[in-house]
Amino acid sequence: MIKAILIFNNHGKPRMSKFYEHYTEDTEQQIIRETFHLVSKRDENVCNFLEGGLLIGGSENKLIYRHYATLYFVFCVDSSESELGILDLIQVFVETLDKCFENVCELDLIFHLDKVHNILAEMVMGGMVLETNMSEIITQVEAQGKMEKSETLTLLFICQSMRQSQASRFSSKIS
Amino acid sequence: MPAPIRLRELIRTIRTARTQAEEREMIQKECAAIRSSFREEDNTYRCRNVAKLLYMHMLGYPAHFGQLECLKLIASQKFTDKRIGYLGAMLLLDERQDVHLLMTNCIKNDLNHSTQYVQGLALCTLGCMGSSEMCRDLAGEVEKLLKTSNSYLRKKAALCAVHVIRKVPELMEMFLPATKNLLSEKNHGVLHTSVVLLTEMCERSPDMLSHFRKLVPQLVRILKNLIMSGYSPEHDVSGISDPFLQVRILRLLRILGKGDDDSSEAMNDILAQVATNTETSKNVGNAILYETVLTIMDIKSESGLRVLAINILGRFLLNNDKNIRYVALTSLLKTVQTDHNAVQRHRSTIVDCLKDLDVSIKRRAMELSFALVNGNNIRGMMKELLYFLDSCDPDFKADCASGIFLAAEKYAPSKRWHIDTIMRVLTTAGSYVRDDSVPNLIQLITNSVEMHAYTVQRLYKALLDDISQQPLVQVASWCIGEYGDLLVSGQCEEEEPIQVSEDEVLDVLEGLLVSNLSTPVTRGYSLTAIMKLSTRFSSLNRIKKVVSIYGSSIDVELQQRAVEYNALFKKYDHMRPALLERMPIMEKTATNGPSETVQTNGETDSTILDTKHLPSISQPASQVGFLKHGFSIQTCAHFRSNPNPNIAVITIHATNSTEADMTEFVFQAAVPKTFQLQLLSPSSNVVPAFNQGSVTQVIRVLNPQKQQLRMRIKLTYTHKGSPVQDLAEVNNFPPQSWQ
Repeated sequence: MIKAILIFNNHGKPRMSKFYEHYTEDTEQQIIRETFHLVSKRDENVCNFLEGGLLIGGSENKLIYRHYATLYFVFCVDSSESELGILDLIQVFVETLDKCFENVCELDLIFHLDKVHNILAEMVMGGMVLETNMSEIITQVEAQGKMEKSETLTLLFICQSMRQSQASRFSSKIS
Repeated sequence: MPAPIRLRELIRTIRTARTQAEEREMIQKECAAIRSSFREEDNTYRCRNVAKLLYMHMLGYPAHFGQLECLKLIASQKFTDKRIGYLGAMLLLDERQDVHLLMTNCIKNDLNHSTQYVQGLALCTLGCMGSSEMCRDLAGEVEKLLKTSNSYLRKKAALCAVHVIRKVPELMEMFLPATKNLLSEKNHGVLHTSVVLLTEMCERSPDMLSHFRKLVPQLVRILKNLIMSGYSPEHDVSGISDPFLQVRILRLLRILGKGDDDSSEAMNDILAQVATNTETSKNVGNAILYETVLTIMDIKSESGLRVLAINILGRFLLNNDKNIRYVALTSLLKTVQTDHNAVQRHRSTIVDCLKDLDVSIKRRAMELSFALVNGNNIRGMMKELLYFLDSCDPDFKADCASGIFLAAEKYAPSKRWHIDTIMRVLTTAGSYVRDDSVPNLIQLITNSVEMHAYTVQRLYKALLDDISQQPLVQVASWCIGEYGDLLVSGQCEEEEPIQVSEDEVLDVLEGLLVSNLSTPVTRGYSLTAIMKLSTRFSSLNRIKKVVSIYGSSIDVELQQRAVEYNALFKKYDHMRPALLERMPIMEKTATNGPSETVQTNGETDSTILDTKHLPSISQPASQVGFLKHGFSIQTCAHFRSNPNPNIAVITIHATNSTEADMTEFVFQAAVPKTFQLQLLSPSSNVVPAFNQGSVTQVIRVLNPQKQQLRMRIKLTYTHKGSPVQDLAEVNNFPPQSWQ
């Protein structure tokens, strides 16, 4: 089971955090800081696996991380997950983000946090891997995005027509 | 009031903040605006406000006032609102807030919604944070969705079912009929999540496990299709078709085949095929191979297959990729118990990994090395491990030192080697060794009678070099106190004897007393050592002077000792030689544990070498004891060889180091209500003086509820003509005595 998925940058600023177990808000922030502290100490050419910090379960849980440019993607998992498999999962996640955002960079994650959560929700649910097929994930995300767009368009249309009717009433009052 | 700003604006504004205080100010302002907007009950902008709130929550600011708003969003008809509402519920709410129960009705309605994406949202939220009450209410809906033909919903329903089962295990049977044709799906997403669901059910219930064993042929067929099928673009990851599904199936096969011959037999071919045909150039191939190896080791596979698996692991160890090496070391650690000889073949590679730069690999290699130590390779391995101890990080030193002690104790080829090894550990990693290693080492030295002279000489030389490592200093001062006469007389056979005079020895010991580096415990050791030398050396005046100086020391412990030693010189001088004579050989206790007992030969002060030993955790039998006025009781708990695992058999040995016998000795014990106690008759009711004998009594404790063993004891005896009664509580029995 995946306990938490964290994305933070080289300075420890959280860019996305999703916990699949219950922690208080303070503990969550402490976990992010502790994980950053553990992961940032690592050299570039060591293995991608670490024992979990004390707050997140100690040596029973592992931190599996990948470092892309300015971002760390960290998955905290327990012993039921395959370490190498999670490495591949991180790769699939990042490639999906890349396809959805077109050459994703840190700014995209910053300004579209809700979209990142939506993409993640299509891949991991309740701490378990839901879907790993990139095209399938992207199809679903795009379909839901279309639904949202159509709703906002309807809203705009309604607002516009409301304003028009208001204006006409106003003009009729004057005249 | 003006429309609330968009999320993007907020993010941009926050990013312009240059200090933490500025950021906090902006966020507080925005929170206030959001709060007033919530109060106005405005539907149009609620979605935007909650999105901003979630962003601020991620940065670490409190956002609990948005919980109810999330619920309102979930109840809205619009998809956009629902989406943010459910996301907010997953991030901000959990079981501990009562508010979450209000979601149940909304989720129920959404599970039956006409749009699949809304159903998907509801399933996702229920699967992430559904409490047991919610799961109980909604399990029926989830089960219905598990049977639908819509693959998007089916896979989500499967994972949601896993969560429901985790929260409410009794509902597992409910999902059984729906699993019938899960594996005949073509869609890989559904297959994947179905395998997860089956894995969870099998792990939780042995009945389910035997029920699902009949699925093994089907799983083998699916795996075969995955391997044999050609290139399929949608499932391809670096040239392998859906490795995630392959890994999951292999894991389920592992669970199904464990302990079952027929299933294991059905899997043998496919496992061999996967093991030989998978490409290992990329990480995906190695992930599958790794899973295959673990499965082979766990099921009842034939020996050829096992050898193949261990060889694959051996190849992994030589791989350049660190991740692969790490993973290989982890799996070798799991298999070293069962296939010890096969793993021994790779010992040299494992020992090389000790020199790796990567901390995670070093730790794994260290654990594995300790598991591989045996009587044949002890000398070579110890050399490597001592070298590792020299150069490793401080985090490792404590574990490494303990491991070396354990290994040395089990497999030491000779006493001299053992003592040399322990001395080497104390000099290199002295400050990191566990506290109980000092009494262990003292006991070891006492029992190797022929090595006394050699030991004391080496320890003396080590003291001359360095007095900062406290365990080493403590052991050295104890030894010099005991065997100082051997040191001065230059009797060493093993190596070149050194010329030491009594004054030099006393200089060193006094130096320990005044040095800032010595802890109070060390000072106690050295004062006692100086005192002991009064019977072994001839420079009595010097010793008397030292002892009387410390009679006014600020440290209470030192003061007490000095005062009592002074009294020994003045009033009890006739007893001094008997009290301070050589220690007898101590009883050998648990062979593979660090906890030992040390008997004292003090009279009224039970503070000399008062080692209230810590029961160690990994022993078959260990000792728990306590001292009272020179009367000591040691208990030794056995729990291996009795037929009823709930019964712990405890043997007590009572010894008396005072100068008068203890007659009419009666030992009584009481235990908490959940236990039952049976006291068998004691060996005698006289405890002779001066440790000349002991009284043994056997106690049997029945502990059906496996609670922690505690005992209150009462001792009644007659000492020097007057009756004495003592009460005490014994709580520190080791966990295995009651588990």
